[in-house]
Parts: sequence; C-alpha cells; structure tokens
Amino acid sequence: MTHTLSDTLKETALRVREHIIRMSEGGGCFIGASLSCVEIMVYLYAQVIRRNGNDPLDPARDYLFLSKGHDVPALYGTFAEMGFLEPNRLSNHLSTADHIYWHPNRKIPGVEFHSGSLGHLPSVAAGVALDCKLRGSRNRVVVITGDGELNEGSVWETLLVANAYGLDNLTLVVDRNQFQANIRTEELVPLEPLADKFRAFGCTVERIDGHDFSQLERAFATLPETGRVRVIIADTVRGKGLPSIEARADRWFCSFTASEVEQLLKELHGQKEAAIESETMVVR
Amino acid sequence: MTYEELLTQTALKDDRIVVMTAENRALVRNIPRKLGNRFIDTGITEQTMVGMAAGLALRGRIPIVHALAPFLTMRAFEFIRSDVGIARLPVKLSGYIPGFLSDGNGPTHQSIEDVATMRGIPGMEVFCPADEDDLVNMLPAIWASAAPAYVRINHKKGNFGHMSYTPGKAEVIAGGKDVTLLVYGFLFENTLQAKAILEKEGLSVGLINMRSLKPVDEDAIIMAARNSSLLVTVEDHLRTGGLYSIVAEVLLRRRELNAEVLSLSLEERWFRPGMLDEVLETEGFTPAQIANQIKNSSLLYAK
Repeated sequence: MTHTLSDTLKETALRVREHIIRMSEGGGCFIGASLSCVEIMVYLYAQVIRRNGNDPLDPARDYLFLSKGHDVPALYGTFAEMGFLEPNRLSNHLSTADHIYWHPNRKIPGVEFHSGSLGHLPSVAAGVALDCKLRGSRNRVVVITGDGELNEGSVWETLLVANAYGLDNLTLVVDRNQFQANIRTEELVPLEPLADKFRAFGCTVERIDGHDFSQLERAFATLPETGRVRVIIADTVRGKGLPSIEARADRWFCSFTASEVEQLLKELHGQKEAAIESETMVVR
Repeated sequence: MTYEELLTQTALKDDRIVVMTAENRALVRNIPRKLGNRFIDTGITEQTMVGMAAGLALRGRIPIVHALAPFLTMRAFEFIRSDVGIARLPVKLSGYIPGFLSDGNGPTHQSIEDVATMRGIPGMEVFCPADEDDLVNMLPAIWASAAPAYVRINHKKGNFGHMSYTPGKAEVIAGGKDVTLLVYGFLFENTLQAKAILEKEGLSVGLINMRSLKPVDEDAIIMAARNSSLLVTVEDHLRTGGLYSIVAEVLLRRRELNAEVLSLSLEERWFRPGMLDEVLETEGFTPAQIANQIKNSSLLYAK
C-alpha cells in the first residue's frame, strides 16, 4: 500500500470516528462496536465495493451487507465521508423526521438491506450471491458480522448451505472485537478456535489485524475461485481510538453529554482521557 | 391441472421465478430436471431458505418457497417477518400439510396458528384454497402480485366446480336466511356436505368459501351477517387469530354488532393425531358433526 493511500484512509477513518463520537451524544449509540469496525468499513467502501455512482441499483454493483446492524454510526459516518449521505444528516440521529436510528434502514442511500436482528444477513447475502452466480455475474458480496453474532445458529446454517452451492463470491468479515454485548465472548460462549470452526464448515479462512489497512488490502486483493465461502476474521478492539473506552465491557451502548463528547473528540486526537460521569452502561 | 404442473408451466414462462424448498419435495418432485439451477434445495434449513429467498427477491427474483407449514411459518417466522415482511418482498410461501392435513404427525407438525401469525405481518397476504382446483384457480394471481404471500397448500382433489377467482374476493356459493357457513381450506368439502344435511332438516343455509383471508372479503361477511340469523366459522385452526377472529374484527369495525357467530375450531389445544378420517371424527368435523353442532347451538335462534 502506498503511503499516500494509507494516509488518506487513516484520515478518513479518523473523521468517521469523529462522526461516531458525535452520534453518542443525547440518545446515544453502540459506540464500542462502531469504533471497532471503522477501518474495515472505510477500506471496503473506499477500495473494494464497486458502485455505479449514476445508478445505485446497478445489478452489476458489489454488495456490502452489515449484519451487525448496531454499527450504524460507523456505517453512516463512512457514508458521509464517501459522499453517499449529506454529513449534516448525521445530526438527525434518532429524529423521527429522518431514517437515522440505531439500526440500518434501506431508505438511506447505500444501505443494501435493513438489519438489527442478528444472524439474518448472512442468508440474505447468500441469496444475492447465489443469484449473481446463476446469472454468471461477477459481483462481490461482502457481509460484516459481529463475533457475538456468531452465537446465532442461522450463521452456521447459512455457511453450510452457501458452501453446498459453492458461493465463493460471498465473503464474511467477522469484526472480532472479543465482546458480546456486555461480556467477553470467551467468558460467555467461547468461539475459539474460531478459524478452525469456519474451516470445519467448509470455508477458506484468513485472520488479519482489522485496524491495519495494509492487511485489509492483502486480504481483499484477490477473490480466489475456490468454490467456498471466504471468511476474514478481523481482530479488532472494541472502542478503538478512545483509550477510555477501549476493550471495556461496560462501554457497549453509551449516551454522553455534550461536554463529554467534546472531551472524547480531544481524546481521539491524542489529548488526555475524557472524564466520563454519564452512567457507564445503558442496556438497550 | 396439478400444483406441480402449474408451477412448472409458470416458472418455465417467467425466469424471475425460482423454486425453493427446505428438502420438502413432495409438491415439486419433477421440478429439478425441468428448471435446472432455478430449483434450489437448501436442505433442512427453513431460516436460511427464507433469508436467501429475500436476497434472491432483492435481485429481482420471485422465490416460491416450500416447506412443511409449521416449520416454514414458525421456525423461519422472524426471517419471514423481518427480511421478507419489512422489505415487502415478493416471496411466495407454500405451506405444506397445514391444519388437519398433518393427520398422524402429531402436535409438532400441526400448523394451526399459521393464519394468525402470517396475517400479523404487515403487507403479508394469506390464502387458503378449498381443494386442488381452487388452488390452481387462485395461484396465478397470487404469484403475479408484488406482495409477499402465504398459501395454505391444499391439493386434495375436490369434486366441486368452483367459480373463477377474483383477488381478495370470497366465493359466495349460496345465501341463507338461518345460517351462513364461512369456511376456508380443507374443511370446505365437509362444510358443503353439512350444508346439505341442515337443508334437509329445513334450514335455509348459505355457504362462503373464504379463499383469501388477508385481504378478506369484508362485504361478503357483512352481507351474510345481515341476511342470516347465525354465522358459523369453520376452520382447522386455533380459535385465536383465525377466521373467527377475522370475522369478529370485521363485524366490530363495520358496526354490525347484532350478529351471532358460532366458532367451530380448535380451542386452546392441539388435535389428536391419527388417520385423517378418524381425526375429523375425533375432533368433531365430519359433515354430520358440523351440522349437529350448529343445530344444537343456542346461538341458532338467539337473534
């Protein structure tokens, strides 16, 4: 990866994190899980997903499905940076006058499908991937899942079926941030050895640092025709970018005051850690 | 024409149609070799099948999806509601062996809440044909519509010459001053015979084959309520959420508050499994039993 590209992507990621932090004010958002998948999302939309600017519904486009739908701030923050969404609209978060709320809605340009209930979009994405295969169309279909989401049996059911149909145009990216909602995955329903589990279900598996753009670049450089679903386990840190939030079980859904948001924005830019007085965990 | 013949013919003419099944091939045995890769068997995976159907529909396909009715409507319920329903995708659900048609399988296989659950999904349409002839009459319009749909598949041969189907309309077979029987699906035949028994005893008896439960033919229900002393809903479904509930909702909404309604249905229970004829007898749904329950009902001349 060239320095220039890497720097550009890093700057974009930083701005997406600013959007996320701002969206945590007032009604709040799932800040930890949003901060963990920023590089994944920025890289995919900037470098992988081919879209037709004149026709967002072009059947030849690539598809990205966000199955861990509670990452809306990361998704819409990325959309704002990519020019899909007017950045001012992010301030409509949780206003019934717009469609920007805690989970994705197809009325927002760029959202391929709504999500929120975990374990759904692997199957929807498999249906899209199967249709592309039936039509001989070389679209790439990517679905981002959480790691806690892998508790859902429907994910594994879909992998069995997708591999039976040879859907190598389907890539599952796991945002492996090590957390369920409020508990570490390995302390509740352990997932490791995760790569072995995916291999046992017939997938090809790579494991990368999900915050490293050059590793993301290598993982997405090719789409080998293996006849199998491709899984990329992206190791990430929940709350990445904010040391006061990183890898903390109680920073799942957060609602901050305006002053806390200002402090967090400074923390993101390397200043001292924010002093948070808001309730540390709001269960939604 | 059979279900399978109609499906084959329709799918061969329209390549948007894909035929899916969760390894329930009873209705589609010959489809694989005729449709090639537009036949998709996902194995015993109702959730994944419905999710994939939503994905295929996003790409412009019209998936016609097959599984046993209870597993389709219950195991995959949230996928139907949240993937097909919220997006209002044209996924067509064919539920096999609904209601009494699961005969000897036992309560795990009894789909007797499917009308209630499916009609509870915004935008979802619900159809219950009386027999194979009725089914084949109704399906072209159901499959051609842009709405998601659930069909209680009933491919029992009947010997009744049905009228042609108008979408959303009931088949009003007869009016009656004393009683109007409202029925859907497999119990049509026995209800038709019950009508003859009651008529022999001197009652004036109407009969409506409901066909479409959502949208429901409200005017047919209101006309029957105005013209008959008693309405009787006959269904192989729980009392909650099926035709009895639908009729009650319509009568209340339309302020037709003097109507008397008798429900013949399954009240808070699964039915005793066995051979179909014996099930009908045990549960009180033979023609004579249906007629007797009406004749002996205190509601008959209550109005």
